[in-house]
Amino acid sequence: MDATGKSELVPEKNRTTAERKSERELVVTRTFDAPARVVFEAWTRPELLRRWWVPKSCGASFISCEADVRTGGTYRFVFGHPAAEQPMAFFGKYVEVTPGSRLVWTNDEGGEGGAVTTVTFEERGPRTLVVMQDVYPSKEALDNAIASGSTSGFGEAFEQLDELFLTRSAGAGA
Amino acid sequence: MVQYARARLDDSFAALSDATRRGVLEYLGRSDASITDLAGHFHMTLTGIKKHVGVLEEARLVITEKVGRVRTCRLGPRRLEEETAWIERYRQLWDSRFDELDKVVEEMKLKERSDGRNRKE
Repeated sequence: MDATGKSELVPEKNRTTAERKSERELVVTRTFDAPARVVFEAWTRPELLRRWWVPKSCGASFISCEADVRTGGTYRFVFGHPAAEQPMAFFGKYVEVTPGSRLVWTNDEGGEGGAVTTVTFEERGPRTLVVMQDVYPSKEALDNAIASGSTSGFGEAFEQLDELFLTRSAGAGA
Repeated sequence: MVQYARARLDDSFAALSDATRRGVLEYLGRSDASITDLAGHFHMTLTGIKKHVGVLEEARLVITEKVGRVRTCRLGPRRLEEETAWIERYRQLWDSRFDELDKVVEEMKLKERSDGRNRKE
């Protein structure tokens, strides 16, 4: 959406885009007003990561945030939410860590159907374009993630509504 | 795209606001049914049930097909709208995250600048 050179000349609020690029792939993009080195650091130092990963608006908060950001290292994020009885854990492994340019990690909390996330940090003048790509093992795995209504586990009104609808339409709750 | 998703959601909310219509969806979740089946099950007139099915059809929650003299109803292609809405929510989640990340990055830049100054002094 920002692919035209023209929009880069106009200072505007940095926009986040999200798109299903293929049957098993989701892509999110955003540009930051900082060098790639700085943005990368904010993704890879746990004490910085925990300051932005859980937006205040969603009501959840970190219980713990462990991330050993190097190739082969693991991470484990645990969140609490007032509406959730149990804390939610998200974990996986860093498959590739290239300082300042590329991060790849697995999302293992969902078992076999979890996506592999690749984040690239690309300098555009004084700014950095961040492209985050989630690749699911199959079309079914991404369809299921969508049908389950979960957006990275943040329970919100929409999710509950969807759940109600799915339960009803599937007749499972009857 | 966002506008489209919103309009679709509004339609769905309106369609889902009625208990009979929710019942029809639940029923069709188990098996396809004719208008006559639905009218019988919900103790309604054919005209009454047709009206409800019409609303569900408009929201694309249900599709109907006439074969011979029987109109069969089944669950509609809502999956697609569901996907659009889900992706928009996913985008919003990352948008909020990135707004926070913007603040962190700004702070890091300020700190680097002041550290740089201190080093020079």
